[in-house]
Amino acid sequence: MSEPALLELKDLVKVYPVGGIFSRKRLRAVDNVSFTMPSDRATIATLAGESGSGKSTIARIVLGLIKPTSGEVRYKGRNLAELSRKGRLAYNKEVGAVFQDPYGTYNPFYKVDRIFSKAIKKFKLASSDADRDKLILHALSNVGLTPEEVLGRYPHQLSGGQRQRIMLARALLIGPSMIVADEPVSMIDASLRAGILNVVRDLRDKHGMSCLFITHDLSVARYLSDSIVILYRGRALERGSTDLVIEKPAHPYSQLLIGSVPLPDPKKRWKERIELDAKDLLEVAGPVAGCVFYERCPQAGEKCLKEMPPSVEVEHDHVVSCHQYS
Amino acid sequence: MPLLEVKGLKAYYRTRAGEVKAVDGVSFSVEPKEIFGIAGESGCGKSTLGMALLRLVDPPCYVEAGDVLFDGVDLLELDAEGLRTIRWKRFSYIPQSSMNALNPVARIGSQIVDAIAAHEHLSEKEANKRVAPLLKGVGLAAECADMYPHELSGGMKQRAIIAMAMALGPQLILADEPTTALDVNVQRVVLQALAYLREAMGVSVILVTHDMAAQAEIADRLAIMYAGKIVEVGAVDDVFADPLHPYTQGLMSAIPSLAEKRQIKSIPGYPPNLLDPPPGCRFHPRCPVAVGRCREEQPELRSEARGRLVACHLVVE
Repeated sequence: MSEPALLELKDLVKVYPVGGIFSRKRLRAVDNVSFTMPSDRATIATLAGESGSGKSTIARIVLGLIKPTSGEVRYKGRNLAELSRKGRLAYNKEVGAVFQDPYGTYNPFYKVDRIFSKAIKKFKLASSDADRDKLILHALSNVGLTPEEVLGRYPHQLSGGQRQRIMLARALLIGPSMIVADEPVSMIDASLRAGILNVVRDLRDKHGMSCLFITHDLSVARYLSDSIVILYRGRALERGSTDLVIEKPAHPYSQLLIGSVPLPDPKKRWKERIELDAKDLLEVAGPVAGCVFYERCPQAGEKCLKEMPPSVEVEHDHVVSCHQYS
Repeated sequence: MPLLEVKGLKAYYRTRAGEVKAVDGVSFSVEPKEIFGIAGESGCGKSTLGMALLRLVDPPCYVEAGDVLFDGVDLLELDAEGLRTIRWKRFSYIPQSSMNALNPVARIGSQIVDAIAAHEHLSEKEANKRVAPLLKGVGLAAECADMYPHELSGGMKQRAIIAMAMALGPQLILADEPTTALDVNVQRVVLQALAYLREAMGVSVILVTHDMAAQAEIADRLAIMYAGKIVEVGAVDDVFADPLHPYTQGLMSAIPSLAEKRQIKSIPGYPPNLLDPPPGCRFHPRCPVAVGRCREEQPELRSEARGRLVACHLVVE
């Protein structure tokens, strides 16, 4: 048998109760999501979707911050739910996290150095002070920072871009096999964003580190990732190679989404007006028997309302959940 | 004649550490029926600029100098009563994240009626008659008038706000980050609504947003701001096709596009602290082509041969 996948999500489901304590309403934030990331090479996989698509919930489940309602996450073949305390610590060392808000992840009372020294202590990365300094220096230079710029400073003295780079440096310092990055650039200005994206790419290309990258920005996904999962209301509607999915979106939702992304080119403006009226109301959905995109889909038929569309491989490395293709 | 002409506008924040020059000598004009984009990154002063135009800045911020001529009248010189006849009525404003400022316990229609009644002497019946066409103008069904804000999605709320800004039939709307925090296809509908209002009603729009792709989508002309100053102004097609200022060039090569996979890179360094901006050109510490003169002498915004305004010593007239 071949090597187990680096990360494998199998029929992952997360249900949240919504409304008051007596409410019976349930929100299926993540609904039967499956995908894998290979272990034979470092890749960047994007979870893309709009607000409420469940992308951050999946990130939190993968990081072990919340438990799935059902389904499983396997890391190098081991089920996350069955890890021992020791196994969990090892997992935390191998899977790093970078979050969206570079302002909220820091304790304002401590200098940023503590971010590094705590990590080094927790994972016992260095045996001497000289070792420790070398590690920190190495990590900083790999994300494009100099020690003079950041060490000995408090978080408020640094820009958002610098803070986000520090989080990446911390992840690199621990030397994980994979990073889970939840919208790491959505609060960073355009002129600095590119640098951070390039750091994530370098981590893949030079350090062999894979990344599960969560974003709502398809242009960023296109730039960065090898594979993509398009999520909508908790379900994975389309997945596969990023280039294939973005160039030839097969699901009507992906088509709508990709067609609506503005391009930084005034010569390629939208041709026609789209209408979204009342349908763009995001309701708290109960269990949906059929396709979650049914109400908004221009091609929806009877079957789409009643039956859950199966996942169909329309071409190699390109899977769609839509009755059109079944 | 331009509808709005801004000359040498300065808006500063008075702080204990000194004056923060958020808007420092900004000049531009907006033509009738034009969508004029103002782009720049956080902290470049674009929102302060918008508020200063309408005299909505509060202490510690104040307007230090400049003229804001709306249809020939200097808004900065007007008394309160005079300002009332222009602000909202002829020059209205969509503040940042204003869709969260809708009254949660009043129906959309009555909030629009309130906005009308505050400025015009109209019977409620007459004001009510205006609601449906206003909603239609932004692509909302007339039934939305009877709904409460919580019943609307983000995109619908933002469009209701635009309808409210249109309620008094203005000649100019200033929209500050109207698409930020909205989902992509909702963003598209909001931008379309602004473009449609310009087409159908001939209203001018000042679109303030950091989102270059949104600017590319609907703006006619575009101004790029950096550290409190405008560094380049031109037709949107030209600015994107052939950016002239090194900052604009850097910005263009920093944004990824869905259409193509090209290498992007960030601009080295960080924007300056506006308490103590660098001497000379404010971009020079990050500029790849800066020369000695850039460190000493502040470049003026002046027109260059291709019909653009650029503030750079190295762009030849």
